[in-house]
Amino acid sequence: MSLDAARERPSGSFFYNPRVRGLFWQAVLILVVGFLGYEAVVNAATNMRARGIPTDFAFWDRVASFDINLTLISYSATSTYGRAFMVGLLNTLLVAAIGVVLATVLGFFLGIARLSKNFVVAKLSSFYVEIMRNTPLLLQLLFIYNAVLKPLPNPRDSISFGAGFYLNNRGLVMPDPQFAPGAGFILAAGVAGIVASVFYRIYAKRRQAQTGEILPVGRVSAALILLPPVIVYLLLGQPISFEMPILRGFNFVGGLRVLPEFVALVLGLSLYTAAFIAEIVRAGILAVSHGQTEAAQSLGLSRSQTLKLVIIPQAQRVIIPPLTNQFLALTKNSSLAVFIGYPDLVQVFAGTVLNQTGAAVQVIAITMAVYLVISLITAVIMNLYNRRMALVER
Amino acid sequence: MKAIAATFLAAMTLGAMSQSAAAQAGSKTLDLIKQKGALTCGTNTGLAGFGLPDDKGNWTGLDVDLCKGIAAAIFNDPTKVKYIPLSAKDRFTALQSGEIDVLARNGTWTQSREAELGLLWVGVNYYDGQGFMVRKKLNIASALELNGASVCVQQGTTTELNMSDFFRTKGMKYEAVAFADINEAVKAYDSGRCDAYTTDASGLYGSRLKLVNPDEHVVLPEIISKEPLGPAVRQGDDQWFNLVKWTHYAMINAEELGVTKANVDDMLKSPNPEIKRLLGVEGDFGKGLGLSKDWAYRIVKHVGNYGEVFSRNVGEGSALKIKRGLNSLWSAGGIQYAPPVR
Repeated sequence: MSLDAARERPSGSFFYNPRVRGLFWQAVLILVVGFLGYEAVVNAATNMRARGIPTDFAFWDRVASFDINLTLISYSATSTYGRAFMVGLLNTLLVAAIGVVLATVLGFFLGIARLSKNFVVAKLSSFYVEIMRNTPLLLQLLFIYNAVLKPLPNPRDSISFGAGFYLNNRGLVMPDPQFAPGAGFILAAGVAGIVASVFYRIYAKRRQAQTGEILPVGRVSAALILLPPVIVYLLLGQPISFEMPILRGFNFVGGLRVLPEFVALVLGLSLYTAAFIAEIVRAGILAVSHGQTEAAQSLGLSRSQTLKLVIIPQAQRVIIPPLTNQFLALTKNSSLAVFIGYPDLVQVFAGTVLNQTGAAVQVIAITMAVYLVISLITAVIMNLYNRRMALVER
Repeated sequence: MKAIAATFLAAMTLGAMSQSAAAQAGSKTLDLIKQKGALTCGTNTGLAGFGLPDDKGNWTGLDVDLCKGIAAAIFNDPTKVKYIPLSAKDRFTALQSGEIDVLARNGTWTQSREAELGLLWVGVNYYDGQGFMVRKKLNIASALELNGASVCVQQGTTTELNMSDFFRTKGMKYEAVAFADINEAVKAYDSGRCDAYTTDASGLYGSRLKLVNPDEHVVLPEIISKEPLGPAVRQGDDQWFNLVKWTHYAMINAEELGVTKANVDDMLKSPNPEIKRLLGVEGDFGKGLGLSKDWAYRIVKHVGNYGEVFSRNVGEGSALKIKRGLNSLWSAGGIQYAPPVR
């Protein structure tokens, strides 16, 4: 209070006023930084123009005329570079989304396993964490791709799992579901089941709060979600058929195929990130004081109930912020795809498109902006979740 | 990651370069090279016959010999070259940004690369075309039988585009598996990830040597594109453009006139006026290029003529054993032709 008052007090001269001086230097700093940034842009543009390097974004609508072997949206060699950008972006998001889920699940189990009283489980888990955490990700990716996936047999000697599932060095081939009219009802039934299970959950919780009776939530939810689609499927006369893959010529024709590059990238990223998440989870659980466990046990809660209802909810508050970092790291590390031939954003856009158009500065700037936006969105979502989980102080 | 870093660095260099320095670099490449004491040459990361370091770390190859020729013409010393290995993806950015003085990296000469990328091709040191390599046991005789095949390819090349055109016009399906690095692409093909590997025919022969069992693979007869390969320079320095171009032509002229690495000293006494002009005995043809008058003598003395360079790196004298074909002199049924020195 007294300090603030001292700062606020105008001191004789205008030039020696600390507030004025502070503002002055900040304005100078902004001007200098702004000037440097402006000069860099103008200089680069002038030099690029002088050397005949394109500085505009006209390439965006030109025909790409190269092919990509994994496209989530329709794309052909006659599509534009802009379309190729979208294909690469979606491929990156696909890997990141699946990788984040796998890494979280695996990391969670590993973290809990490290704290297990079972000597073998705890040691195996720490062994895994130390190996994965302390070797470079790129090496792990190359290892998984070159040593694990490529030695698989060629399509003619595929390993068959039955029911139309085959594994070979072109990837995992499986039946492709074909949706006849009416298939939409099955989806609707599934959604309805999920909604019903959510309501049931709320009901069960309220019931428990009022009467203390514990309803079987897990089994009932599973039935609510799974049964309606199956019943609708049978009632409508099985509107979903499967297109079976057939070995013809070089490879299987028809069916769905998961590329080995995709598998290698998702596996590599999630196995690596899971090791870090395991440590975060372990630290989070250890951060909950032992008194909480003792209190829960003295209330008569079982070990799993203690973990689920007392420890983990409190540990989550510690876990979420560093977990966000790992999600961001995984997304950014997915750009290593370029080394194993997976067509992600960097491979397609900052690779082929850059080379065919020569617009290096624009393409790299767009690519960096995209990663920045993905990271910021992830951070915002995680921060919202964190706020929900944070301790509400009264 | 390295590739991105290089591109980014190049972009930063562009931004950081002051305008006056850029203008200087644009007009006086030769002066800068003399000042640095060495030519900076962008090469392949490793393609047998074109640009590959041997077991002692010395660079060899058809493209590398052109760089040696330029260094010989400038410094009278073919070793004064700094080689920068570049992936297909990074090569043009490196040249545009001034990181290298000349790009001798089996690059295909195309219209857009000159008109849009701000580069100039000085000529063609290897007339090539794109082909396919497959395993012998597939029993395929023609590229037209490749319907449904997976094809490994190096990304960012004309190869990637030609392949797309080829399969599209023939109405065939295929899967392109693109790798940033040529070695990764070849490795993926070798391990069975792809049914075929495609690149320029010369590159196919070079890559075949690197496979585990080269004899189990065969290059299909179809050539699906024109691939005039040659060295490129930045636009805006005509003198430097001429110097590189005439280094290439000097080697072809030397072959045509029968001047070889072995006999070049004897040829100084030749009565043939064309040889006299080429070797600088008569007139001073190096001056306009910023060179001494024995510039071509130095090239042949240190590196050899085009025929020798071809034979040593990709032809009969090498492991590749590629026939001269289109790359024979015009007087021997090919299309290698150089304007006269006069």
